[in-house]
Amino acid sequence: MKSETIMRWGIRFYIGIFFIYLFIPLIIMGAATFNNSRFPTITPWKGATLKWFDALAQDGAMWTALWTSLVVAMGVLLVAVPIGICCALFLSTVQGRGKTFLYSLMMSPLLTPGVIVGISTLIFWKSLSVSGGIMLTVIAQTTFIAAYVMLMVLARLQRFDRTLENAALSLGASQWQTFTRVLLPYLKPAIISACAIAFLQSFENYNTTLFVKGYDTTLTVYIASKVRTGLTPAVNALGLIMISVTVLIAILYEWKRRQEAKRTVSSVQ
Amino acid sequence: MFKQLKARFGSSLSVGIIAIIGIWLIGMVILPQLIMVDYSFRPNLLPSEIGTDKDTYSLNNYETLFGNSIHLSIFAKTIWSSVLVTILTLVVSYPLAFYLAKVATPGQAALCILLLIIPFWINEILRTFSWYIILAYKGPLNALLLALGLIDRPVRFLSGDGGVMVGMVYAYILFMIFPIYNAIESLDSNQVKAARNLGAGWIRTHYRVIIPHAKPGIATGCIMTFMLAAGSYAVPALLGSPGSRWFTQIIYNWFFEGGDWNQGAAYAFLLLLICIGFIALVMRVFKVGLGDIAR
Repeated sequence: MKSETIMRWGIRFYIGIFFIYLFIPLIIMGAATFNNSRFPTITPWKGATLKWFDALAQDGAMWTALWTSLVVAMGVLLVAVPIGICCALFLSTVQGRGKTFLYSLMMSPLLTPGVIVGISTLIFWKSLSVSGGIMLTVIAQTTFIAAYVMLMVLARLQRFDRTLENAALSLGASQWQTFTRVLLPYLKPAIISACAIAFLQSFENYNTTLFVKGYDTTLTVYIASKVRTGLTPAVNALGLIMISVTVLIAILYEWKRRQEAKRTVSSVQ
Repeated sequence: MFKQLKARFGSSLSVGIIAIIGIWLIGMVILPQLIMVDYSFRPNLLPSEIGTDKDTYSLNNYETLFGNSIHLSIFAKTIWSSVLVTILTLVVSYPLAFYLAKVATPGQAALCILLLIIPFWINEILRTFSWYIILAYKGPLNALLLALGLIDRPVRFLSGDGGVMVGMVYAYILFMIFPIYNAIESLDSNQVKAARNLGAGWIRTHYRVIIPHAKPGIATGCIMTFMLAAGSYAVPALLGSPGSRWFTQIIYNWFFEGGDWNQGAAYAFLLLLICIGFIALVMRVFKVGLGDIAR
C-alpha cells in the first residue's frame, strides 16, 4: 500500500503544479494592468495605477471592433444554430448506409484547420464577386460553428425517449405540434448551451476571421494587432475585463447547473 | 432516408431540414474546398486573362514550395514542431485526465473541470498574450530565474520556436484532456482493481488496461491538438520572431502581401493534406475508426 500512498501524493502534487501553470499567466496579465509602466509587465513594479482603464475607454477603434464582433456573433448565432439543429435532427432520425459518410462530412469542418476554412471561403466567394467583410466572416465562422452546435444538440437528442412522440401523435397532435410542443422544449437546454458556445466561439475566433474580415476588424483581431504594434497595458485592461466577464459567466453557469441538478434529484425523491 | 425523416417530422419540415443541411454542406463545406483546390492548380492571372489560353492547369504552384528551400524548411519545421507539441500535450494531459476520471471524488472532479473550462473560455489571443508577458526579455520569468541565480543574464525566450511551443501546449491542452477524460471515465473501475489484485503494477495497469481502453480519446486528442498546432496563426504571430515563422504565416503572406492567391491556395491545400495524413496515421496507429473520433 505504500507505493499507492506515494502515487496519490505524487498525483496531487502534479495537479497543484498544473493548476498553477494554468492560472499564473492569467494572473500576471491581470496584474500588469495596474502597473504604472509604459509596457505591459510586472517587473519592475512601478506603482499602482488605474490610468490604463481610462486609456482603454478613450480608444474609439476598440469600441468599433467590439461592435463588429457583436454583430458577427449575432449573425453566426442566427445561421449556425438552425443548421446545427437540423443536422442533429437528421442524424438522430435516419438509419442506413450513407449515414456514416454524412456524419463524417458534417464533422469535417472541425477537423480542418481554421485558416483553411477562412481561405476556402474567401476564394469561393471571390469567384462570386463577394469580398471580405462582416458577411463573409459570418459565413466562414458558421461553417465550423454549426458542427459544434450539431454535436451538442445531438448529445441530448440521443437520450430522448421517442415513445413520447408516439404518445403525442396518437393523442391527436399533428407532426408539427409534436415537434414544437414535445421535441423542441426537450431540446431547449441543449440549444441554449449551443447558443452560448456558438457566441463564444465566434467572439474569440482569430484564425478563420483573419482571412475573411476584409476591412472590418473584430475585437480579437484588434487585440492581436495591438499586441504586435503599439502595445500598452490598455490591452491588459481589456483582457482583464474580458477574463472577469468570462469567469463570472462560468461561475453563474455552473451555479445554475447545480441548482437544476439539485431540483432534479429532489423531484425524483 | 427522406422517408424516415418524413415519418417523423412530416413532409414540409423534412424538406426544410434537408434544404438547410444541403445549403451548409454544399455551399459552405464542399464547394469552397473544391474551388480552393481548383484555384491551386491555376496560374495567377489578371482578371482579363482568365479564360484565355494562359489559363491552364499545372503543378507550378506546388513546384514553388519544393524549389524554395526556406519555405520548405518552414513547412518541415511546422510539421515536426506540431508533432512535438502534440506529444508534449499528451504527456502533460494524461495524468490529469486519469486523476479526474478515476482518482478524484465527484465533487473534486466537478471543481477541477470548472477550473479547466475557465481558461478555455478565455480568448486564445489573450492566453497567448499572457505568455508573451511572462517570456519577455525583461519579464517575470527572467526576473525570477535571475533572482534565484539560475542564469547570469536574461534569456531571449521569444526568439526561437520554444516560446511558440510553450504557448501552443498551453492553448490546446484542453482539447487533449477532455477526450481522454471522457474515454477513461467510461472504463469500469473494477477492471483497474482486478488488474491490481492480479498483481499488475501501476505502470503495467496503465499500459495494459487503461491506455488500450482510452485509445479513441487519445486519438481524438492527438488529432485535434496537431490540427490546431499546425493550423495556428495566432500563437506563432504573437510569440514567434521573424526567424521562427510558421507555415500559416507564409500562406498569409501569399494572400495579403504577395497578392498571389493561387500560390496561397496551393500551400493551404498542402497544409490540409498534412492534417488529413496525420488523421489517417493516428487512426491506423491506434486502430480506431472515424466513428470513434470526436464522440
